[in-house]
Amino acid sequence: MRTAIFKVIKPGLLTTVQDLGRYGYQQFGISPSGAMDPYSMQLANILVGNDQGEAVLEASFLGPVLEAGSDMVIAICGGEFSTKVDGREVLMWKSFPLKKGEILSMGSYKQGARAYLAIAGGIDVPVVLKSKSTSLNGGFGGYEGRPLQKSDLLYGKPVIRKPWKELHPELIPQFNKQLTIRVILGPHQQMFTEKSIKQFLSEEYIVTPQSNRMGYRLKGPKLEHQLGSDIISDPIPLGGIQVPASGQPIILMADRQTTGGYTRIGTVISVDIPLLAQAVPDTTVSFTEVSLEEAQRLYLERQKFMKLLQVAAK
Amino acid sequence: MDIQPLGDLAIRVCFGEGINETIHKRVQSFTSRLHFSKINGIVECVPAYNSVAIYYRPELISYTKLVAEMENICNTSGDVNILRPIVYEIPIYYGGKTGQDLPFIAQYHQMSEEEVINLHANKEYLIYMIGFVPGFPYLGGLSQQLSVPRLEHPRPKVPAGSVGIGGDQTGIYPSEVPSGWRIIGITPVKLFDLDEPNPNLISAGNYIKFFSINWNEYQRIKNLVDEKKYKLSTYLKEGG
Repeated sequence: MRTAIFKVIKPGLLTTVQDLGRYGYQQFGISPSGAMDPYSMQLANILVGNDQGEAVLEASFLGPVLEAGSDMVIAICGGEFSTKVDGREVLMWKSFPLKKGEILSMGSYKQGARAYLAIAGGIDVPVVLKSKSTSLNGGFGGYEGRPLQKSDLLYGKPVIRKPWKELHPELIPQFNKQLTIRVILGPHQQMFTEKSIKQFLSEEYIVTPQSNRMGYRLKGPKLEHQLGSDIISDPIPLGGIQVPASGQPIILMADRQTTGGYTRIGTVISVDIPLLAQAVPDTTVSFTEVSLEEAQRLYLERQKFMKLLQVAAK
Repeated sequence: MDIQPLGDLAIRVCFGEGINETIHKRVQSFTSRLHFSKINGIVECVPAYNSVAIYYRPELISYTKLVAEMENICNTSGDVNILRPIVYEIPIYYGGKTGQDLPFIAQYHQMSEEEVINLHANKEYLIYMIGFVPGFPYLGGLSQQLSVPRLEHPRPKVPAGSVGIGGDQTGIYPSEVPSGWRIIGITPVKLFDLDEPNPNLISAGNYIKFFSINWNEYQRIKNLVDEKKYKLSTYLKEGG
């Protein structure tokens, strides 16, 4: 039954409804969106017994304060947020019951940038172009195409499943402020000087505050082009690292533009996207090159791991 | 044809350099054949000026297999039906606060703002692709005389409807976005509207022609658009 599951008391800094993204529409310029850190997001779903791709709430830096509209089972995964229920601290990476009338306060981040709240039974928002994800640029999908605001009512179909499922501590990712991010070079690496490629793979870059769901702007030693920074616009994948004339890299994230006209030095491999998604401003990033084979081996391993967890949790 | 990985979940098939209709026809015909091939494991494909990105799931199809399939499609010849293209006529209010880079372009090319407008409007531009953000058309056919470098530091925001020039390209931003292009005007027309059965007002393979309007006409058309009463005028392209 469709029930009001949450009333928004405080919306937090940027709280949106996200699933694994909207695919099939990039040819119309529609970005996939979806959870920035799909690893934490899927684990939150698995812990409450949902399909791993069910829509969740993504909180950024400062989480929302929500009043439960019914009894339900929830789990919060991702960056470490000081989460409380009626003033009592609750643990993340663990499913627990929430009673009607209780106040869930996700607090502010201590480590990592984003936390994911999954509700057993999912979130009931319209499916727009095959996805429940919020497109902030397009102003559609999710909750009325925008971040949550005070007094919003969120609906769901809560199912009571056995709570207290938790993740083994070894599986909980640590989000620190020094990252090594693996990349596959290309497609425009020949447009950079050899020195710049070496520099990119050896020097440290810093995440600036001008970073958001669209992209992460980094600051560091200037990357030089051989023949200018502009290309004829072409499609940009998740994790594409574009370098405009300023020589400062921008990594394209979930709400990225589908195509762009700046040279791209490389692409962040898919298993490292969640780490980057949790990076707060001033995080230092060093890039290292990996082969396609290695990146896909890691991807397939991650897929298999998720499948095993999903089966184990059912 | 050149195939490269784009990270671990996509590949890029490139058909040549530069912006021209011959290379782009190969992109279009490749994309059409790819759609019909129904290869398992492909998530979606995104055609661009001279390349196509193919997003795939390595658990369903390996990189090597995918590359072989792409080569196969490229080597198959076959006709693709091409309908006679439409020309969409798009009203633009040039210059002013919503076209703040018009003076820069005029100065850069040592011509008057009038001349820039005349060179930009009254010309049929091929829509090579829709990309960047929902409903954004990438257009071909910009006069060489209007080509300008992109901004070194992209602006964090330009308003919906802004019309810009970046390098040899011109286009319209359907929503508020960051942009490194030089902004020369604004259109009251919505290129992307989810309230419509087909959210994309225009489609690739067709053409756009701009015409210059004054501020009063801009306001009048904007009101009609808001009331959903504005009808975009179109005609069939001559000799298309």
